[in-house]
Amino acid sequence: MTSTTGTVHRRQRALWRWRTVDIVVASVVAVAGGVVFWAWDQLWAATSAGFSAFPPAQAVLYGVWLAPGVIGGLVLRKPGAAVYTELVASVVEALLGNQWGLSVVAYGLAQGAGPELVFALFAYRWWRLPVAALAGAVAGLAAGCLDLVYYYGAWRADWKATYVAVVMASSVAIAGVGGTALVRALARTGVLQPFASGRAIEV
Amino acid sequence: MTTRPTAPLSLGASLISSRLAVFNPVAKLAAAAIVLAGLIASASLVTASVVLACELAALPMAGASLRALAARLWAIPLGAAGVAVANLVASDASAATIAAISLRLIAIAIPGVLAFASTEAVDLADSLVQQLHVPARFAYGALAGLRLLPLLSADWALISRARRARGIDAGGPPLNLVRGAMLFASRAYALLVAAVRRATRLALAMDSRGFGRCQQRTCARRQVMKRQDWGLIAAALVVVPTANVAALLTGTWHAFLG
Amino acid sequence: MAMGIGQRPVIQAQGWGWRHAGRRNWALKNLDLVVYPGERVLLLGPSGSGKSTLLLALAGLLRSPEAGDEEGSLLVNGVPASEAAGYAGVVFQDPSSALVMGRIADEVAFGLENQALPREEIWPRVREALAAVGLNYPPGRSTESLSGGEQQRLAIAGVVAMRPQLWLLDEPTANLDPDGGELVRETLRSLFAGSPEATLVLVEHKLEPVLELVGRAVVLAAQGVVADGRPEEVFARHGAALRKAGVWVPAPPPARLAPPRPAGALVAAAEAVGACYPGSPRPALEAVDLEVFAGQALAVRGPNGSGKSTLALVLASLLRPSSGRVRFVAGGPAREYTRWPARELVRWVGTVFQEPEHQFVARTVEDELALGPRRAGVPEKLARAKAVELMERLRLGHLAKANPFTLSGGEKRRLSVASAIATSPALLVLDEPSFGQDASTWAELIELLAQERDAGRAVVAVTHDDELVAALADREAHLLAGRLLPSAQSAPAACAPLR
Repeated sequence: MTSTTGTVHRRQRALWRWRTVDIVVASVVAVAGGVVFWAWDQLWAATSAGFSAFPPAQAVLYGVWLAPGVIGGLVLRKPGAAVYTELVASVVEALLGNQWGLSVVAYGLAQGAGPELVFALFAYRWWRLPVAALAGAVAGLAAGCLDLVYYYGAWRADWKATYVAVVMASSVAIAGVGGTALVRALARTGVLQPFASGRAIEV
Repeated sequence: MTTRPTAPLSLGASLISSRLAVFNPVAKLAAAAIVLAGLIASASLVTASVVLACELAALPMAGASLRALAARLWAIPLGAAGVAVANLVASDASAATIAAISLRLIAIAIPGVLAFASTEAVDLADSLVQQLHVPARFAYGALAGLRLLPLLSADWALISRARRARGIDAGGPPLNLVRGAMLFASRAYALLVAAVRRATRLALAMDSRGFGRCQQRTCARRQVMKRQDWGLIAAALVVVPTANVAALLTGTWHAFLG
Repeated sequence: MAMGIGQRPVIQAQGWGWRHAGRRNWALKNLDLVVYPGERVLLLGPSGSGKSTLLLALAGLLRSPEAGDEEGSLLVNGVPASEAAGYAGVVFQDPSSALVMGRIADEVAFGLENQALPREEIWPRVREALAAVGLNYPPGRSTESLSGGEQQRLAIAGVVAMRPQLWLLDEPTANLDPDGGELVRETLRSLFAGSPEATLVLVEHKLEPVLELVGRAVVLAAQGVVADGRPEEVFARHGAALRKAGVWVPAPPPARLAPPRPAGALVAAAEAVGACYPGSPRPALEAVDLEVFAGQALAVRGPNGSGKSTLALVLASLLRPSSGRVRFVAGGPAREYTRWPARELVRWVGTVFQEPEHQFVARTVEDELALGPRRAGVPEKLARAKAVELMERLRLGHLAKANPFTLSGGEKRRLSVASAIATSPALLVLDEPSFGQDASTWAELIELLAQERDAGRAVVAVTHDDELVAALADREAHLLAGRLLPSAQSAPAACAPLR
């Protein structure tokens, strides 16, 4: 008995080991996220300069910033994927230049740790929509709470609650549901062949 | 609508020629982290002002031109002002508190922004591996992914133009925001496909040069902690607690943790 | 040119076969091959015959069971290939996706770092390698700023530094323009002339220029090795079959399909077009005047960086010029060309991009083809009918429900051209359409474009491909450093980049 469970565990460990392609693809998802963020900023700068200066208005779109972590986890299906992807995305954002400094890296860690926890809760074996949505929700919770710590701690309680709720909803919609749809669409193109997510296509 | 030609994104550190570039990247980040940790917990005008004043006083020592500094730092006050506006609207806090919150954001941001702006990505990777013992595969794997940034941003431009060529654009009002969002998602999808394809090829090339197998790996470039790096960290370790103590002594220290 | 038959073979394959994970068909089967040290082998075969798979396996990059299933045995230097990783050095087709670091010296050092070479030994080898390939730039030079040919040389330097016994080159010049390709071939020639003991396995489509590098040709097909011997003999015996299968066997250049047609009506005219990329010291395009006529194929040529792609984008209303304008005469809305909504644009202009995947939007091939007509306002039934017609014409019918990204290279190219002509546009603009094609898909493409031109469309092709120009073009326009030659131009347009 113990030997078979031992083998199962060893196989599982082996499956969880990160290959070069895992590292590079996760990094590239993060970098692509960086490009999208930058393009998004360009878009908003063009339409309304004040939008980016009023952070709460961005709560509805917050999910975009949380998507790389969830997508990284869904594509790689390995421990650490969500944290790594979101962390690298935040470093890319910092290197490209932004107005918040090192705090984006702290955000990256927290925004990645949220989905990571959820995926770990499901033993890195369940990857369907409900799990992804939950991962999005927790990511949104982490990000929203961090925002309260950094910026909005003085707000009235009802504002705080609404804000976190909106961020969580946005994250569930964009990072969770949108992320799942995106990864499924990716799997259908065949680019995810090296990954388990590419071979277990649910069309 | 057609768009003008744009330059692809690149990660060139704009302050790389300043004196900041000779500091060890981990040391710079450590100093920024100390400032972050020391200021985040309180919304005190005194703490924030003391640290900010020290930073501004130290700016000339960075050895960068005013123009270069301004180019990197101009957005910081803007962001902080936006937060102040939000606080004005949504909270009942006093003007002092609101000012303190925003001022501390500026004080936190400046060291971090300067640290990243004056560090080449490859030096950051080297330093993380040599000083903090981050696993080399992850650091250099991430660096390799970063190398694809200009290619991906060029891909983004081509993908966007291709959509116009296929007859897809956001169209006019009233639905143009919705359509614009859907178009954005469509572009992001195509970009991700291109990104994963490039990444798979890059990973193969890296493995072909022995990357995947290496347990031990040497580094061709050295990153060391010199006296000036320890000095930088020491300076942060002096300034930040002092500022907090000053606030405590003047009774203006308020916990601020959400 | 085999040295020492008595020596242990470098490569020994016995009944070897490989199937990639998740695929139904075997990429290679029944491979029997022996290669001795010092041999220079050219690997030939139609697309999909498993050449790249074999190279990857020889490099130790394919590991069963994770990457796929293996049968038979493949030994590299006496050791199973999957365990012999590090023995071979590989040069891939696309240098931009193979470079890891930002500076050329760091790039070359990368492989040495992986070999755990002490720091003091790394830099001398880096300098040696850079000198061996003739890259005489300072070590801090950015890898991005190199041309395609130089990037490939840099990749070669990275391999040189590692001092491999076996060299594997997978179409090293396929993604390069002719100048870049020649640069690389020159480097390879001098490298291999100087090291007779190195073993080389080379895959290339355009054979003529590399024949002097190799002494043995091996032809692969789905059932294994079909021919093996000196190149001249192999071509003499199998030339016709190879040509039919799409290999570029050295042969006289293809005859022109038809005499040059006279120009039809004016379709579009670029007037004093200038374009500037922000941050660039000189304009990409300067005061270009160009007319495009119906029923004619215009080839836009020029070296790298001459602004060809920029001109194509401007002509297709996908890029706004910084000065001057394009007048579209054949029809369309009365607004300024750059302000045409996409729905109108797709009716009059079709654009084919260098990378087909950039323009795929739909989930299936059928939808991809019906998309253009739908966007142009054609009723659904007609759009579907058009899609079916195009699929038949271009032999994509069996792929109707497939995802466009899963198609082969040639099929993707056909699909991208088909989707551009689906709306029967008056102007067809193509950016490097023959890029990376093998001989049979190339011939199909020429035929397709000639048909479109004969049907009255204006065809503008930006291309490096001399044979394409010879086979198709009625007119040529040469660009150099953003200006059209020869043309009597007035003073260069002032470059005023916005942003």
